[in-house]
Amino acid sequence: MAKTIEEINKKIRLGKAVVFTAEEIIDVVQKKGAKKAAQEVDVVTTGTFAPMCSSGAFFNIKQPKDKMKLGGGFATLNGVPAYAGLAAADIYIGATALPDGDPRNDNGRPGRFRYGGAHVIEDLVAGKKVTLKGGGYGTDCYPRKSREQRIGFDDMNDAFLFNPRNCYQNYNVAVNLSDKPIYTYMGKLKPKLGNAYYCSAGQLSPLFNDPYYRTIGIGTRVFFCGAHGYVVWHGTQHNPAAPRLGNDTPRSPAGTVALIGDLRHMTTQWLRAASFTGYGITLSVAVGIPIPILDEDMVRSVSVTDAELKAPVVDYSKYYPTGEGEAKIAEVTYAELKSGSIRIKDQNVPTGSFSSYAMAREVAQQLKSLIQKGEFFLTQPQAPLPGAVAGKEAAI
Amino acid sequence: MKRMKVVLNFPEDIVEDPITYNLISDYGVQVNILRASISPGKQGMMVVELGGEENRISQGIDYLERVGVQVEPLEQDIRHLEDRCTSCTSCLPHCPTQALDVDRQSWHVTFEPEKCIICLSCLETCIYGAMSVKEHLA
Repeated sequence: MAKTIEEINKKIRLGKAVVFTAEEIIDVVQKKGAKKAAQEVDVVTTGTFAPMCSSGAFFNIKQPKDKMKLGGGFATLNGVPAYAGLAAADIYIGATALPDGDPRNDNGRPGRFRYGGAHVIEDLVAGKKVTLKGGGYGTDCYPRKSREQRIGFDDMNDAFLFNPRNCYQNYNVAVNLSDKPIYTYMGKLKPKLGNAYYCSAGQLSPLFNDPYYRTIGIGTRVFFCGAHGYVVWHGTQHNPAAPRLGNDTPRSPAGTVALIGDLRHMTTQWLRAASFTGYGITLSVAVGIPIPILDEDMVRSVSVTDAELKAPVVDYSKYYPTGEGEAKIAEVTYAELKSGSIRIKDQNVPTGSFSSYAMAREVAQQLKSLIQKGEFFLTQPQAPLPGAVAGKEAAI
Repeated sequence: MKRMKVVLNFPEDIVEDPITYNLISDYGVQVNILRASISPGKQGMMVVELGGEENRISQGIDYLERVGVQVEPLEQDIRHLEDRCTSCTSCLPHCPTQALDVDRQSWHVTFEPEKCIICLSCLETCIYGAMSVKEHLA
């Protein structure tokens, strides 16, 4: 019989909810079958920890005695430019932002990037203070024209992480067909298929476990870097119309979600600045999304295995940057990727990942334990993410 | 037969002396040079693997120290900062000796210093700064 989210929440409140991770459920379904598993299991938890460049944070900074309008002026945090084109005290700092002329960032080739927006965010989450420098033109209501101050969360009214895109449902496997090494957002790729990088938690990845977004929608509460967060919209580049396998999972990058969460409740265990040599700075974030087991179909979705998930292998020396050449040079399963080597064009290609499976497991376990302890309840989405049929239009 | 990896630091007044040659010919020690940066009139550094009978190696090291070469065991020079490491495995394809490896059950990345040849690929690859190296090797 089908369950509702309300019924599941009642069991969570009583400490009786049966919860497994998206990895553990595979064995449960193999032993008990989908029908029995659907009756017995209430929630399956997913997890991922990986770099996500489309990350940033909004801050509202407390005003000094003579108030100041940063809006229309400028603001930097530890020298890293923040966006100040908002109201008097609101700023947004993006993970990839770089300070001007900082000796820590050597921009010759391949270029090292040691401090940027993501580091400012990580420093604040670690409890450190950062230096705010601001300038504005001054008005009758906001007379102050410049400001320099060490600030931490105590000096802010609000601090929240906002990721316009997260949790990519599948991703390219990056390789290099050229005869020179290249530095990309998918790492350093050695020439002539010297290595391959992937970036997904595969069978633990949230959207792989709910391929048509039946339960993950706008308003879904998630585990976000140690805090509660919410899906607030479909993510940028959300592409539900990507080609699918027979098990409904996409064969190329597809769905995404936009996430928001209170930065002050996040921890550096689950949020880390990352520096890609020859590319730039980004932020790695932990996301765990609970999936309510409403019926047998949902059990089938969450029991998908790495061997049943496929990713396209893309050449980042030519096709990715220019769109010329072969779009997809091979298709491999996540089980193959995780074996340490894949076979492409009769060559063994060693693999590595930027998505940490060890951390993805920890996220899924942490969310499982929060639900079991009655500290995390499921939400009913208020509106669905755009589905494959609706195309890119949000159905709200 | 014993094998050990050491870092040799040469002060500037002896960089032009044929010290490696003497080590091989006078003490019968095998010297496998893993990494070197040495130029006339400046301090030099070499990472070498010494091989041979234990007493020959220790006599060889005595010789090196007598002529002014500072000898340090290699292990202390490159470190895996486990609190920074997320076990993502991005270092693996760039580590030529599998000093960095992952257990595919636990998915935890481990570092075996004795396999490391200080090629420094991991320093360029690790996005979290989880590998650190002493300044004189960087």
